[in-house]
Amino acid sequence: MQEGSVQEAHVHAPPEGFIRKYVFSLDHKVIGKQYYALALVAVFTGMILSWLMRLHMVWPNSKIPLLEMFSKNGAPGGVMTPEYYLSLLTMHGTLMVFFVLTNAPFAAFGNYFLPIQIGAEDMAFPRFNMMSFWTTFAAWVVLMLAFFIPDGPPIAGWTEYTPLSAVGKDAGPGMAWGASLWGISIAIFCVASLLGALNFIATTLDLRAKGMTLMRMPLCTWAWFVTSCIALLAFAVLFPACILLILDRHAGTSFFIPSGLVISDRLQPHAGGSPLLWQHLFWFFGHPEVYIAILPSMGIVSHILVNSMRKPLLSAKVVIYSMMSIGFLSYMVWGHHMFVSGMNPMSSLAFSFPTLTITIPATVLTLIWLGSLYGANIQTNSASLFALGFISMFVAGGVSGFFLAQPSIDIYLHATYFVVGHFHLVMGVASLFGVFAGTYFWFPKMTGRMMSETLGKLHFWITFVGAYCIFMPFHYLGLIGNVRRYQSFVDDFMAPYIGWHKFVTFAALITGAGQFLFLFNLIYSRFKGKPAPENPWNATSLEWSIPSPPPWNNFGGKHPIVYHDPYQYGVNGSKGDFVMQDSPEQVVPASGD
Amino acid sequence: MGKALAVVLVLIAVLSAYPIVMHMFVLPEDISTHGHAIDEQIHDTMLEAGLSFVAAQIVLAIFVWGFTNRKAGSPLKNFPGGAKVAVIAAFVLVGTEVLALGVMGQKAWAQVYFTPPRPDAIQIQAQAEQFAFYFRYAGPDGKFGTIHPDKIDEGNQNYFGLDPANEVEARDDIVSGELVVPVNREVQLLMHAKDVGHSFYVRELRIQQDFVPGLDLSVHFTATKIGKYEIVCTQLCGLGHYNMKAYLSVMSQEDYEKWLKEQAAQ
Amino acid sequence: MSSSIATPISSQANALHRKHAAAQVARSARRTSSSGIWVGVFAITMSFAAFTSALVVREGTTDWSHLVLPPILYVNTAFILASSATLEIARRFLRVSIEPRKAGAWVGLTLLLGVAFCFGQYRGWLDLRAQGIYLATNPNSSFFYVLTFMHALHVLAGLVALAYLAYRLSGSKKNFRWGIFANAAIYWHFMAVLWVYLLLLCRAEL
Repeated sequence: MQEGSVQEAHVHAPPEGFIRKYVFSLDHKVIGKQYYALALVAVFTGMILSWLMRLHMVWPNSKIPLLEMFSKNGAPGGVMTPEYYLSLLTMHGTLMVFFVLTNAPFAAFGNYFLPIQIGAEDMAFPRFNMMSFWTTFAAWVVLMLAFFIPDGPPIAGWTEYTPLSAVGKDAGPGMAWGASLWGISIAIFCVASLLGALNFIATTLDLRAKGMTLMRMPLCTWAWFVTSCIALLAFAVLFPACILLILDRHAGTSFFIPSGLVISDRLQPHAGGSPLLWQHLFWFFGHPEVYIAILPSMGIVSHILVNSMRKPLLSAKVVIYSMMSIGFLSYMVWGHHMFVSGMNPMSSLAFSFPTLTITIPATVLTLIWLGSLYGANIQTNSASLFALGFISMFVAGGVSGFFLAQPSIDIYLHATYFVVGHFHLVMGVASLFGVFAGTYFWFPKMTGRMMSETLGKLHFWITFVGAYCIFMPFHYLGLIGNVRRYQSFVDDFMAPYIGWHKFVTFAALITGAGQFLFLFNLIYSRFKGKPAPENPWNATSLEWSIPSPPPWNNFGGKHPIVYHDPYQYGVNGSKGDFVMQDSPEQVVPASGD
Repeated sequence: MGKALAVVLVLIAVLSAYPIVMHMFVLPEDISTHGHAIDEQIHDTMLEAGLSFVAAQIVLAIFVWGFTNRKAGSPLKNFPGGAKVAVIAAFVLVGTEVLALGVMGQKAWAQVYFTPPRPDAIQIQAQAEQFAFYFRYAGPDGKFGTIHPDKIDEGNQNYFGLDPANEVEARDDIVSGELVVPVNREVQLLMHAKDVGHSFYVRELRIQQDFVPGLDLSVHFTATKIGKYEIVCTQLCGLGHYNMKAYLSVMSQEDYEKWLKEQAAQ
Repeated sequence: MSSSIATPISSQANALHRKHAAAQVARSARRTSSSGIWVGVFAITMSFAAFTSALVVREGTTDWSHLVLPPILYVNTAFILASSATLEIARRFLRVSIEPRKAGAWVGLTLLLGVAFCFGQYRGWLDLRAQGIYLATNPNSSFFYVLTFMHALHVLAGLVALAYLAYRLSGSKKNFRWGIFANAAIYWHFMAVLWVYLLLLCRAEL
């Protein structure tokens, strides 16, 4: 496909008034910032929840100050109940996976930069875009309500397996309205994500500027495009699952509940349903979801690395095809979450092969990143440090996948801390490193000010070392059979290992505290940071050809024309060792090439 | 900064590998007949994964050390072979890994799931409920009584909802909170969930299998060492999940038969 | 860009006006993209694929009674298929001869048939209720109500789109954009195709 069709007249008039400018804005940039702000609130909430969990795990009988104020039922006398631990666990997972990892790398940065990077004035459907943010916000409000109802949030984990999540209040505390709020919130979130994905896809296909062929799009744009294709199919499946769950809970249907269950001494009035159906539907969404979480960060990191290395990657095309393969394969592996679930053991074997195979594009990416570093001249700054750290974390998290992809090993490691270590390293750390890198890189463009490099580097070191201290031990604990989702460890065999859990808790507290440095840096720099030039990183993509911050219509009413791909580094350009995408100058290779 | 990062990367690689290499976390003793195959898989995978992890971190460290913040005007080079090398290496490395691990791993999986239980395997029914495991033995008649969910009465210890008054088969069924098995005899565990999803996990047996409400599942195993081992629930089932456990008691054949007689007498 | 069709003074002016209007529609057509609506159709398809797999792959040992579909469903099928036909007739009045008012009338008829479809579906549910078959009666009935309700919900959205289209064609607005018709038509035909699929699925599985 060549350049996009002639740009449709999607112009909306310049916004006027506070509400139109900052609240119900049609401007993709404002919407991107709104998503980022929501993700920020969610991530700090999720982090505090994890602190509470870790404190309780190693000192189960301790009084946590202020907790009783927050929930009398959940922490009478400040001592967390076992059920409240599970509530916090459920909310931690739900907030982090949905409201942080889908929002920040994808919705926030994608909304802000995709239109600019392809040379468009805005998204294809600005009204849908505004709706998609506020729908996400509504989903968040509904979810947070669960904290404030007397029965508390649900206790079935972010995966809400049936029939525990489907039978209603008999299943336990938090499983009455808490679980219903969860189901409603996620259903709303699905609609919001579908609207967002639709916008990304239509915009990428239709609104590219003259000369912006698909292959000339920056790698992060490609990542957002592939991610939105994945998201479209994934959330379209989670939505029906949530509907069926809500019906089981409130309308007496039995999609997920078989007959003959006795819960809380009550014979449940259901028949004919299948608990495994929920797992299939959920993981058909759930596995692509984790790639939705990591792909944008892969794109952002690639984008930043190219700039910091001052040379192109070994092959952008291979990176693009690898991302596409990961997207495609991500739909064939969901059963690896269900190896010992009671599904046909033949299916388990069938799922393990694509799971092992998806390692191939992931390895290609890693080797391309590594190989590209060779012979480069990497300028280290906060953004590039996090980008380099991403590579380290992605490998660390990825190799534990070798174990879990094999059903025979999964017999032993399923539901242990090994799994928890694996997904936290790839999602909770690597993906977040992409967000941090993107923030340091793009903050000057978004606000017109530079962030503090000193604080940024400090933030990097604390987070990089801290994350390893927290999550590496989880793998060892998993190897000895430390089971997950336990509020405390009462089993005989766990006694010698509580010391490791204490170490992890300390690391978590310190690493978490380091994140407040980041928050401070964000807020302080927003108002007091050094004014940023248009192109502080000497970068080539279109976002660096417009003022910092950009005007409401991005290119000031002009239609940019694109002459190059975004990898023109290490050349003799008129501005230095690079040539921008919209510069008509011919590219002269640097001498000695 | 670049050099510092390189040093830290190497430290992280070494420190992460240390507990593994020094065997600080050993797998619990294997008391099963199929566990050896699983343990071998784990060791082989650890070698592959461990080497990949350490190698990648060290290569990253070397490149970061050598190629960050160089003098302005330093010549830029490309990795010899370019992207082609990366793609081929990925296919070769991962391809062999997939073949080796995937194909070899099949054996262990097949041992657990594709071999049917022996005809003389002892059938024991396991019921998982919020928040305990109960085990039922068929008794001298070799037949299990029917489960009547409406007759379940925890207060009177009728966990399985048996109806001995009206059913002959149910009269001699033995219900126990402990899973007692004889050593070196194959056991087939018939798994029944009373309320929600649970899971049966004995680390030493290298067995983990979910209980699914509405599905009749079973696993079979042979315990090879006398002793007491923990059974823990690994599928989030409610507030008591962390405390839901029972004991697997592996006894000699004589002790097992004695135990059965004692239970029957009650 | 004016699209008002003034009363022609002479036949020559008449022809010129039609040519102008045709060129305007053609320009609008060139600018049209249907990417968005196709993406939306794709997502909705995926959702119903999920419902289908839930239905087809169900496990469970209950002996389910076969659900006899209320006969009015077949009448409704005729309505929705007819509505696709009327919409295509409307298209001819925009492509072949430029007569937005006539096109608007046919779109209005499409809308009416769509409303008839929805009322008919509602009647179908009432028929089942009269037989004592409700949402939670048995797994078959649950799927029937869920599938038909979710489809009807999407049809309602289509009705809103058709109403908006009819309004734009009624001539009270200056600018007619071909994209609105093209996209609404894609969506509406998809509703018909989806209904036929669901009807066959329910017949085969319930």
